[in-house]
Amino acid sequence: MGAVVGTLTMGERTKGERRRPSRDKIDDDFELSIVCHRPEGLDKLEAQTNFSKQELQVLYRGFKNECPSGVVNEDTFKQIYAQFFPHGDASTYAHYLFNAFDSAHSGSIKFEGFIMALSTLLRGSVREKLTWTFNLYDINRDGYINKEEMTDIVSAIYDMMGKYTYPALKTDTPKQHVDAFFQKMDKNRDGVVTLDEFILSCQEVNFLYIYTIIIVPPTYSCLLL
Amino acid sequence: MAAGVATWMPFARAAAVGWLPLAQQTMPKPPVDKTSRSDEILFVNVSGLRFQTWKNTLDRYPDTLLGSSEKEFFYNEETQEYFFDRDPEMFRHILNFFRTGKLHYPRHECIQAFEEELAFYGIIPEIIGDCCMEEYRDRKKENQERLAEDTEAENAGDAPLPPDATLRDKLWRAFENPHTSTMALVFYYVTGFFIAVSVIANVVETVPCRPLKGSIKDLPCGEKFSVAFSCLDTACVLIFSCEYLMRLYAAPSRCDFARSVMSVIDVVAILPFYIGLIMPENEEVSGAFVTLRVFRVFRIFKFSRHSQGLRILGCTLQACASELGFLLFSLTMAVIIFATVMFYAEKGTKGTTFSSIPASFWYTIVTMTTLGYGDMVPDSIAGKIFGSICSLSGVLVIALPVPVIVSNFARIYHQNQRADKMRAQQKVRQARIRMAKKGATNAFLQHKEDGGLQGGDSDSTAFCVKNRSAFEHQHHHLLQCLEKTTNHEFTDEVTYSEVCMMDSMGFRTSRSTSLSSQQGSTTTCCSRRAKRRAIRLANSTVSVSRGSVQELDTLHVTKTPVGTQYPQSRSSLNARTGDLKLNCTDYTAAIISIPTPPANSPDESLPNSPAIPGILRNSRSSIYNTQETVKISSL
Repeated sequence: MGAVVGTLTMGERTKGERRRPSRDKIDDDFELSIVCHRPEGLDKLEAQTNFSKQELQVLYRGFKNECPSGVVNEDTFKQIYAQFFPHGDASTYAHYLFNAFDSAHSGSIKFEGFIMALSTLLRGSVREKLTWTFNLYDINRDGYINKEEMTDIVSAIYDMMGKYTYPALKTDTPKQHVDAFFQKMDKNRDGVVTLDEFILSCQEVNFLYIYTIIIVPPTYSCLLL
Repeated sequence: MAAGVATWMPFARAAAVGWLPLAQQTMPKPPVDKTSRSDEILFVNVSGLRFQTWKNTLDRYPDTLLGSSEKEFFYNEETQEYFFDRDPEMFRHILNFFRTGKLHYPRHECIQAFEEELAFYGIIPEIIGDCCMEEYRDRKKENQERLAEDTEAENAGDAPLPPDATLRDKLWRAFENPHTSTMALVFYYVTGFFIAVSVIANVVETVPCRPLKGSIKDLPCGEKFSVAFSCLDTACVLIFSCEYLMRLYAAPSRCDFARSVMSVIDVVAILPFYIGLIMPENEEVSGAFVTLRVFRVFRIFKFSRHSQGLRILGCTLQACASELGFLLFSLTMAVIIFATVMFYAEKGTKGTTFSSIPASFWYTIVTMTTLGYGDMVPDSIAGKIFGSICSLSGVLVIALPVPVIVSNFARIYHQNQRADKMRAQQKVRQARIRMAKKGATNAFLQHKEDGGLQGGDSDSTAFCVKNRSAFEHQHHHLLQCLEKTTNHEFTDEVTYSEVCMMDSMGFRTSRSTSLSSQQGSTTTCCSRRAKRRAIRLANSTVSVSRGSVQELDTLHVTKTPVGTQYPQSRSSLNARTGDLKLNCTDYTAAIISIPTPPANSPDESLPNSPAIPGILRNSRSSIYNTQETVKISSL
């Protein structure tokens, strides 16, 4: 009788019912959760990048603290950026930035990839930096930046500003920005910007504010600024 | 993990001498071991606690942090030791693992802290020794379940609906979480009221009322006021039917909803009425129909939507289903045994009530549950002896499963209490988190308000710079760069709403119209500054026109000390592009350059971040050179 009463008085969300499936799921997660990645040796990384041993040590310590498993995935990236830009929504921009770091599109960034990108950004030549920036804007990696890609990136950047800005953001502000950008960049007026056009334009006019878009997590900032 | 295999390698290699006589080919050359043969003691400094161990000990497990070359990242050249900024107490256990090969789980530690340490040092938890594995797994499961429940409770229904929710979604939400809207709450209480009314009516209609005039027999109220009761019943059934149909419509998955327990209860509650409507007024059938009316009492189970206690009880009983089953089974066994015994013991007695074994079942049950009605009593001595054994064993059998049921109930009850507490604290927690976040965002705005972007005057700027950490400097710098990129500034809610109000009022000074014509794509720091100043002017005039004086006090824009000309007109503000270029290159120089390596910097006193003095110098210089702002005395 008790069992009958028990089943009859069940509410919609009963804890007992859900307990069983969640228990099995926990077992599965338990087995699969341990993923660890170890970077290559310190000497090898020093040879491949423009950082000194000490700088690599500092960088790795910070990286390891944030991501003990040795890899950064996109969610972590988005969380980091959300903390940096609490005013607005940094997730779209973090997504594009993550794709730029994760050139192999594997879904996670290892320390080596991270360091290589940082080395280019901080210690690389101007041309290397501009190439990296071009790859950031070129979302589909086809070698051309078209207006849609640029609009996506610029909208993502404006999203980070949030709602409360002065002057207030209008809906076509990103579009105006993109139009002006293309005005300066697209030399032959074919509607797309190639790498050479990009590099040429950036070097002749002082669009240096584009460089300031590079953003890195806090633990490395002591090294970088 | 090669558990200790590495240490046995020399032994295995030496024992390979035994193969030499049998070998049919020449043996390959041994690998040249360039590393030094002698073992060395390594120093590991964990947050100040110095550990020493042999290098070989750590090399036993080459796929951990300490056993691989990854530890070189943590090597400190000056002190010749490996420094880890982690918990020294936990490190003891980690190091013991390397020494003994067995990983033990310290019971007093938090499970998550332990797991984080293991993840850091690259040790998988599966190798915890058998002595501690049970405890570890139990605590881990408990922790995970608790976290899963907490996140479910957070996500479940309390979050606001997306703005594009359909009527169906809104309706379902109103049904599931009555505390979200007033209408839902009203509906909730109304249905509860009608359930109570219906149940009470069912009860009261059987109470004998005073008989009609001219009759002696007592009449149950149901027959005396049959019209009233039937109206009440019809009304209740109509309301319940409406409710059920609405729930069915709003349910995201109708099949699942139709199969759920609550909907079955709903259907059972209203079905007898409809069956009664359909069935003809037939003599034989109406008997069955009367029986069907019994099911109206199941309306009381509809209360379980309204009462959490009832749901907890139901949960408990379901969780203890196996114990209850055991109880039932053992009782049945005992009943059959004792009934048989009593029947045969009392068979000889004349006029005995124990007429058959099934008849004795009643006696056995009444005795075992210590009820003892006394309608069936054994007479013979044997019957009395067996009767007493029956009652004693009854007490034991029933007492056995009870503690299990009680502990289950306690666990589920406490969980529910925790869930309720969490929900109650959730609002406070969210509010606090929002405050903390606001603090971070406001820090930047406050910094700008304090005039932290002024140049030149070293005393005042040094003061405000001192109070901020290096991280804050860099964060603010980053936010400024974003402002420059997008040509918009961060403001707080107040200013934003003021601006919006101004815009909506259609208030346009001549200044602001000329401003809007300037809004091109090129960023000019100064023109933005001017815009801000102009809007503040506009603000002030608005406030003057409104008659409020306090706003004037907030106008302060500091004058540049470098002696640049006080710009009187709009056009002169645009002529600052020369300064602009300088400012921007400084920014980029600040971001892209790296200060000199620590070895060359004179300030080596800061051990952990030797590059900080260099940074501060750089960022300070860039902040100094930023755009000037212009002072306007309050109007």
